[in-house]
Amino acid sequence: MLSLSFLLVIVAALAVAGYFIAKSRALKVADGDIRSLVSLPSQHALNTALATIVPPMAALLIVSLYRRLSGNADFDLTLIILLLAITGFAFSLIGIKVETRARTLAERWILGLLIFASTIAIMTTVGIVFSMLFETANFFQQYGWRDFFFSTTWSPNFRGNSDLGIIPLLWGTLYISFIALAFAVPVGLFAAIYLSEYASLRMRSVAKPAIEILAGIPTIVYGLFALVTVGPFLRDYFASPMGIGQSASSVMTAGLVMGIMLIPFVSSLSDDIINAVPQAMRDGSLGLGATKSETIRQVVIPAALPGIVGAVLLAASRAIGETMIVVLGAGAAARLSLNPFEAMTTVTVKIVSQLTGDTDFASPETLVAFALGLTLFVITLGLNVFALYIVRKYREQYE
Amino acid sequence: MTKSSLLAADARTKKRNAAESRFKAYGFAAICVAMIALVVLLLSVVTNGVTAFQQTYITLDVVLDEDRLDKEGNRERADMAKVTTIGYAPLLRDALLTKIAELGIETELSERDVGDMISKEASATIRNKVLANTELVGETVSLDVLASGRIDGYFKGRVTMQSAARDANTSPEALELAQALADEGVIVTQFNWRFLSAPDASDQRPEAAGLGVAILGSLYMMAVVLCLALPIGVASSIYLEEFAPKNRWTDIIEVNISNLAAVPSIVYGILGLAIFINFMEFNQSSPLVGGLVLTLMTLPTIIISTRAALKSVPPSIRDAALGVGASKMQSVFHHVLPLAAPGILTGTIIGLAQALGETAPLLLIGMVAFVREYPAAFSSDAGLFGEAATALPVQVYNWTQRSDPAFVERASGAIITLLVFLLFMNALAIYLRRRFERRW
Repeated sequence: MLSLSFLLVIVAALAVAGYFIAKSRALKVADGDIRSLVSLPSQHALNTALATIVPPMAALLIVSLYRRLSGNADFDLTLIILLLAITGFAFSLIGIKVETRARTLAERWILGLLIFASTIAIMTTVGIVFSMLFETANFFQQYGWRDFFFSTTWSPNFRGNSDLGIIPLLWGTLYISFIALAFAVPVGLFAAIYLSEYASLRMRSVAKPAIEILAGIPTIVYGLFALVTVGPFLRDYFASPMGIGQSASSVMTAGLVMGIMLIPFVSSLSDDIINAVPQAMRDGSLGLGATKSETIRQVVIPAALPGIVGAVLLAASRAIGETMIVVLGAGAAARLSLNPFEAMTTVTVKIVSQLTGDTDFASPETLVAFALGLTLFVITLGLNVFALYIVRKYREQYE
Repeated sequence: MTKSSLLAADARTKKRNAAESRFKAYGFAAICVAMIALVVLLLSVVTNGVTAFQQTYITLDVVLDEDRLDKEGNRERADMAKVTTIGYAPLLRDALLTKIAELGIETELSERDVGDMISKEASATIRNKVLANTELVGETVSLDVLASGRIDGYFKGRVTMQSAARDANTSPEALELAQALADEGVIVTQFNWRFLSAPDASDQRPEAAGLGVAILGSLYMMAVVLCLALPIGVASSIYLEEFAPKNRWTDIIEVNISNLAAVPSIVYGILGLAIFINFMEFNQSSPLVGGLVLTLMTLPTIIISTRAALKSVPPSIRDAALGVGASKMQSVFHHVLPLAAPGILTGTIIGLAQALGETAPLLLIGMVAFVREYPAAFSSDAGLFGEAATALPVQVYNWTQRSDPAFVERASGAIITLLVFLLFMNALAIYLRRRFERRW
């Protein structure tokens, strides 16, 4: 049996050969007079090349998927691919006649490829859902769902008898997200208001890109910042002197740094939304004698509120799904506590810790990561759908 | 009733004006907070990491003793390879001791402790050098060898006399000796090219750790992402924007794409682990799997920006093409796509920049492994991009998990490198947009 890469080279070579043969054949059919042809020789050539290469590729995808799913390797893939390539090659060459509409035929292949490309997005979603659903189902066969959703202890033990309750993880996630939003929403919102209502053009042209730099910085950078700078700072100047914590990684550390990361999300979305409020509404309010801040508080913000809520929800979904900042800044101990200077952990941290290192895909300690992932996916998806719905509904209002 | 005057503001107006300026000040303060956060973030990374680009070297005249390195005396590489790295360490130690004696520096350190001032990596380096050129044996060569991590830390201010006194790996005497050697010009600090080219080093040798494998791995992954995400993204945008009928199916695809853009990145890691590694059985920690995962992650970004670029090409262009007899496909590929290309390119570069900085999904597909070998782009048993590699952001994460504080410097240095790459990519995107974007 031929190796796969060699086979692909053969098919590609056949396609290239087909391209040139078809070109010359089209000229021959026309007796050297291109004007008598319905389609240009290059269209015939393109059609032959595509007919040679597309069906074998499709077959390759389908057959290898089928093999994986059924574990059945009876198919002679080499034969199928070669047969399809030669059939496409031969039929398209035979089909070259003066009146053949090669452009339409070639474009049909291209359209097929375009449609295939656009279904990849769907396949990704299906892949995400199924990859997690199967393993989650496996997990719940070994571990009761009641214990998973309602138990308040998380103590995985690779010798078995683990407590895998999601509640402490969810608590850590929500607590950190809450602190992050409590920092990012006021700062982001006020920054957006200042930029869109008060700032001079020059200041806007400097401050807006500067804030957006924050959005372009990878999260690992924020994570290191939390670990090296913010964590020790908070411990040495706040937690230790006040006697409420000895750990550099804490809910506060992760929350504050995540808050910095979220500022541009809140501010740039709110900025767009505030700018979309019609000027006439502001003029009306100012005309009645309201000051600028009164106008903003009583007219602009209420009008923009649904959009701002959408922006906050998007930021919340971002905070809940954030990984690197909490891995490096929040700690690894699953704890149910109110003290923000204590180390706590989140759903994403535990997904990372259960799936890195030695993993055994039969034990509930590993499989729980998929259940955590699915929970995370459902929560963030819900928030996103809701937020997009609100934002979209609001946008239509003023357009 | 109080008298009101146009010249003197009454109490209520004053209050309202005060509220106005307060409100404005809040806004300004918010901008300042964001700016300060940005500056502090960048400053902390730069101050922690800039020293990673400097490295302390010791200049030594090493006697490559024939009795030790080539016992057979035949200069056969196979025979000489029997002398392990450990066999080279005494040569370096002796060279340093000779140097100290020559300069007449007094020290209470034992010979062993003096030898510990040289990095363990240095003997491996010199061994490779000798094996590459066996004629060197018997000669005396002048070399710059790596100083140990603590000595390096002393010249960078990380290790002090106080911390050395409590440290089992070094001592204040060693630091004094190092200072004396530096005064004589034997210990020098140079630009650290190794940091950008060498592979990672083990836990005990922070001074030798480099980013070479990580940069190469990131480049491979970006190549995979570019080769897959750009054509697929452009093709699906063309279909959705130009050909798709408005129906339920295309609605589903659109809602789906906007949701995929907001799925947490770690979920893509789970997808990669379940589909590419467990189901399709690709190699763990290979740039191919990393690239595939990042491709799926960047696709929504590329699709969204490509559609915006296609949308901004005015319909008159399409109508003109159709009017002179082009098919719909020709109008798109010959006219609309070239005009939308700058926008598509900008979106692609921004998507790539995003992918370059992504860490979480790569942790799940096993890219945290310690990799010492440069991965080949193609190998016969691992296929295209199939050999284990690591990536820049993952290397940063790896280094934060090590105990030696010297790795914090390395991690920050790696981040500076990463940020330089990102800055370059974003600057390129901005340049392309400014240079080629057309307003209709």
